Amino acid sequence: MVKYFTCSGFLKGTWDQVFLAFWQRYPNPYSNHVLTEDIVFREVTPDSCLVSRRLLTKTSRAPRWAEKFLPAHRACKAYIVEDSIVDPQSRTMVTLTWNISHAYLMSVEERCVYGVNPDNSNWTEIKREAWISSNLYGLSKAVQEFGLARFKTSVTKTIKGFEYVLARMQGETPTKTLAEAATEKAREKALAAKEKAKDLASQAQKQQYM
Amino acid sequence: MNSVGEGCTDLKREYDQCFNRWFADKFLKGDRSGDPCTEMFKKYQSCVQKAIKEKDIPIDGVEFMRPNKEKPGS
Repeated sequence: MVKYFTCSGFLKGTWDQVFLAFWQRYPNPYSNHVLTEDIVFREVTPDSCLVSRRLLTKTSRAPRWAEKFLPAHRACKAYIVEDSIVDPQSRTMVTLTWNISHAYLMSVEERCVYGVNPDNSNWTEIKREAWISSNLYGLSKAVQEFGLARFKTSVTKTIKGFEYVLARMQGETPTKTLAEAATEKAREKALAAKEKAKDLASQAQKQQYM
Repeated sequence: MNSVGEGCTDLKREYDQCFNRWFADKFLKGDRSGDPCTEMFKKYQSCVQKAIKEKDIPIDGVEFMRPNKEKPGS
């Protein structure tokens, strides 16, 4: 049994702005759960497409009722692979993202297709599909429901983060309510503090190696 | 953003900067004259691939755009 989810939306940016923002998405005020980001493969194909694989580490909290099924030391981190093909000729980008750890508990696979919005070429549309499955005996249905709910929340965050990075690149602040602006400000502060802490930690680690 | 390899973050940032410039100024504009970031990418890769092995990240053999839906034997 697999749960299927689909939705579409658009970003207020031209295709080339959006594709550029895609590589500069992290960190943003909505990506606190993303711990590391790496490109682990990249190539331009003979037909001039850019093919890349990004490896992400994300924090991943299991629902409390499921914690007892998880190995304690691995419960809070998940490795995610995100493969992508950017085709500048057709002005499209296809991404496929899925978890490579904890897949026996729950597997979330997401496919996004980015392209020029047919009604307004200054906008970029995104068609998103996701498949959520679990092989956990007796619990697969509950895990899938949980996974779907969490996936929906994370889509909202992803879009907000993307809009934020895009607006920043375009040199403007996105239109938002005062409450949203305040939350964002707080998130920005927290992010800056976290990045600083990470830097300090990695400096300390480096010194240990020396 | 930090690299998964604690010692690779500086190499990664250097490469990212180079890549973003190339991607915006050349690749998206259809300019296919060589990639100036190749050397930086190689250095960054030798660091990050080592970290991936050390941390046992199960990415080896994962096919491009092909998530393993059914693990063999499951």
